Amino acid sequence: MYDIKEYYESRSVADAVALRLAHPEAHVIAGGSDVLVQMRDGHRAGVELISIYMLDELRGVRLEENGDLRIGSLTSFSHITADPLIQKYIRVLGEAVDMVGGPQIRNIGTIGGNTCNGVTSADSASTLHAYEAVVELTGPDGARRLPIRDFYKKAKVVDIRPGEIQTAILIPKDSYEDTFGYYIKYAMRNALDIATNGCSVNVRLSPDKKTFERVRIAYGVAGPIPMRAPTAEAALCGQPVTMENVERFARTVLADINPRDSWRASKALRQHVAVESAKRCVIESVKRAGGVL
Amino acid sequence: MQSVGKSVARVDAFDKATGRAKYTDDLCDRNALITRVVRSTVAHGIVKSVDISQALQVPGVVRIFTCFDVPDLPFPTAGHPWSVEEAHQDIADRYLLNRHVRYYGDDVAAVVAENEVAAAQAARLVKVEYETLPFVLDAQKAMEPGAPVLHEDYPDNVLKHTSIRKGDYEAAIREPGLICVDKWYDTATVQHCHIENHIAYAYEESGKIVVVSSTQIPHIVRRTVGQALGVDWGRIRVIKPYIGGGFGNKQDTLYEPLVAWICMQLGGRLVKLDVPREDTFVSNRVRHAIRFHLISYVRPDGSFAARKVELYSNQGAYASHGHSIAAKALGSFPQLYPCDNFEGDAWTVFTNKSAAGAMRGYGMPQASWAGECHIDDICRAIGADPLAYRRAHLMPVGYKDGFSKNELYYDTFNQCFDKAEQIMDYSRKHAAYRGQTGDVRKGIGMATFWYNTAVWPISLEHSSCRMVLNQDGSIQLQVGETEIGQGADTAYAQMAADVLGLKDYRDVHVISTQDTDVTPFGLGAYASRQTYVVGFSIAQTGAILKQKILDYACEITRCPVSNMEIIDSNIVRTVDGRILVSLKDLATEAFYSLTHSVHLTAESTYQIKNNAYSFGCCCAEITVDIPMCRITVDKILNVHDCGKLINPQLAEAQVHGGMSMGIGYALSEQLLWDEKTGKPLNNNLLDYKLSSFMDHPRLQAAFVENPEPTSPFGTKALGEPPACPVAPAIRAALENATGVVVDDLPMNPHNLFKAFTKAGLIHDPWREV
Repeated sequence: MYDIKEYYESRSVADAVALRLAHPEAHVIAGGSDVLVQMRDGHRAGVELISIYMLDELRGVRLEENGDLRIGSLTSFSHITADPLIQKYIRVLGEAVDMVGGPQIRNIGTIGGNTCNGVTSADSASTLHAYEAVVELTGPDGARRLPIRDFYKKAKVVDIRPGEIQTAILIPKDSYEDTFGYYIKYAMRNALDIATNGCSVNVRLSPDKKTFERVRIAYGVAGPIPMRAPTAEAALCGQPVTMENVERFARTVLADINPRDSWRASKALRQHVAVESAKRCVIESVKRAGGVL
Repeated sequence: MQSVGKSVARVDAFDKATGRAKYTDDLCDRNALITRVVRSTVAHGIVKSVDISQALQVPGVVRIFTCFDVPDLPFPTAGHPWSVEEAHQDIADRYLLNRHVRYYGDDVAAVVAENEVAAAQAARLVKVEYETLPFVLDAQKAMEPGAPVLHEDYPDNVLKHTSIRKGDYEAAIREPGLICVDKWYDTATVQHCHIENHIAYAYEESGKIVVVSSTQIPHIVRRTVGQALGVDWGRIRVIKPYIGGGFGNKQDTLYEPLVAWICMQLGGRLVKLDVPREDTFVSNRVRHAIRFHLISYVRPDGSFAARKVELYSNQGAYASHGHSIAAKALGSFPQLYPCDNFEGDAWTVFTNKSAAGAMRGYGMPQASWAGECHIDDICRAIGADPLAYRRAHLMPVGYKDGFSKNELYYDTFNQCFDKAEQIMDYSRKHAAYRGQTGDVRKGIGMATFWYNTAVWPISLEHSSCRMVLNQDGSIQLQVGETEIGQGADTAYAQMAADVLGLKDYRDVHVISTQDTDVTPFGLGAYASRQTYVVGFSIAQTGAILKQKILDYACEITRCPVSNMEIIDSNIVRTVDGRILVSLKDLATEAFYSLTHSVHLTAESTYQIKNNAYSFGCCCAEITVDIPMCRITVDKILNVHDCGKLINPQLAEAQVHGGMSMGIGYALSEQLLWDEKTGKPLNNNLLDYKLSSFMDHPRLQAAFVENPEPTSPFGTKALGEPPACPVAPAIRAALENATGVVVDDLPMNPHNLFKAFTKAGLIHDPWREV
């Protein structure tokens, strides 16, 4: 039995926006795999809920006219993993969200919820950062779009304004084109766990596969919110595809990240894993891009 | 047709697979009042006051009881048989709610409300004021002078200290040329994590207090509820439906007394207490974390000159099963690897952690960890092969323990090792994996264990059985030894069918629910005893019923009893094999005969004054990813000699479950407390790393079936043993792969990171600054 004060079911995006304005204290619930857990443990006990779960218009993956990939915010993890467009253009995202929880959670949990929750450990978040995803929010004045790095403001706080709901996540065409990525979730179990460190890398190699044209890396749990490692990226972009460069790149991530020392894991272990993961992610990304190391 | 020895389907399979089987919460009326316990937010302190005024304002709250309301009747909780000798009775140190709180999460108050939401809201609004006291979390620190004292009667916090002395240790270690191996080993606090949390509800009916509970030990709970409430035991009726696992946590009285007492305060109204998972971790029972100091003096050929064992068992805040666990662990050492000169000491020590109680293995997963790791460390010190060493120095065939009178009748150890070697290709791989280089390496390891069956002669062992013949020749069977998911009911049906000569084990209707008003007295499920002890009472009671059936057959057939046998549910004349009458026709006649009507039933108690050694081994093959600090178990096999198998498929399932628990114990599970506040940190299934299906390979089980001479069915312990040897086998595989050993459980990435760094296998230059 959950301690729910009121429950409002949205019939459309416009309806959801109106409900958000009418009940500014209410929390938005999609799949509920985070919200219900927080209600049960007392953190959100007694709240009003606005459900957007029935809004099928927010489900699915498609290509926009300009070639950008549009993922509706209510698209479930298992849907994303199985989606042919995801598999074709951004396979690493499908793989990353396939590491969330267990099968039941992946069937109910949504990518919108995963990002709006604002936590650093979200399995989708590091890949979305590494692909410079764009977040679409719809409110009383229509839709606005902002880069995902601006969407995350601080731990558990994202840029959603009064009356808004998140309606889509977009991957720009230039971001996924000729780009190959790999994600390592480092957790204490192989299922039903939250990342101790999440590392997502993608590379675009030169046509002869000898040079890193573009390298992007983002981490979860390396700081209070998901983050890129720009120093490391800069160190590898334009460099030859060699093991030596990859290893140097991996060590350079320490200039960018700032993992916590906590009872869940020491800072030393997290740093060690972040470096090793960076290396392994680049190696796998290069392989996927057809390069040789 | 014989049932025993066949992999017949579980008697409860259909009901459990289809969701028909009813568990405690399924049986509770929906109008039950809901109880929620308010827990202490200090690790040690005295409750000064409890302010319930705000909480009482929550709509739906019925009553709130505090530690100032409960009777001054301390009671014991351990699920041991009661002892009529006061010196052997369990320690009575629990109250229904506590003014002196001894761990973070102790029971301070209980909210009763009309629904779960109101109960949860009110529980959050109860304000407790404490006088905080210093606390101690570590067993050895709790023994130091000046440490905070938990219980007045135990000023040094030592619940109990026992010793074993054999030969002359001090003299023996002076023998020239000895090699000394002196090491410490530590184990983690872990929890049972049965899928169904503890739940109980109570109501009054016909002048009695009825408690329905998810427990392994209904008859023992009846006694402890009586003791806690100061009510005659006959006025308490405990009902135990199907339960979703227990693993020893439910071999303790948990919240049955509290829910019964609240029910009484509310005029007998139906009250339910369903323990949340977070509370189950902290406020039920945990496995004792035991720290070992082992010193062995060995000769260059590996034989023992002298051994010393010291162990410190962290009891947590309350006595529960207390020193029984440490005593069992200590007792295993001089038996498994006998040594003429032995000194052993075990201390069970109160600390401000959650109370430790029974958990599958009862001290032996801990002792197996320390003991088997130590044997491997001895092998490293003298350059011996670990398997050859074990074959040479384990207890020899014919070994007899003076106390339990247990005997090793067969060459069990070597037979188990042979089987494991063959199935796992152990020896070849063990040699091949030595001296690998590179980031990712393979390893294989083996370990064994010591185990007893049931609790004689430490405690009472008996079983009572009732058999009732039906008109169709089938029977009802009742015993007090409970089905807790392990498959006991099915084993009972198979054994009873064979004793009575029934055609089909499904003609034995096992009444799974124990109801202390109806079920014969029995002690419940623990100590890997059910199949062993119920075997005696089924054999005896079945013989009585069979005699009655044959006597009646004699009346109607005039054939002498000596010339008849029940075969496939028919009365058969043994001289020529002729079927004289079917059991069904005989039973119907006996029920309704106008000349001699009798209900054929039998009931008897068998007191067991035997015990039985149960042995085996685990062999694990692993991959170690050194930079990622991870062990992956690739293949794992347990081989057991638990005597004759009653049901091979169920036996295999028992072994799988224990191995799974062993893998979690080895690699990931550990309850953590904050050193600064004593607060539990990871009392939920996300942060407590119970291993999942995805962390296991296919679990393999194999058996050596030497019939146990003391058992009517040739069987002995299998429930707990499978959990014992897994962790040391994985540690041996880690050593084989990397040359690195870990002495403290679990071998999780945190501990592997430290061990690999120390060994120079991990080198992070940036950490040297």
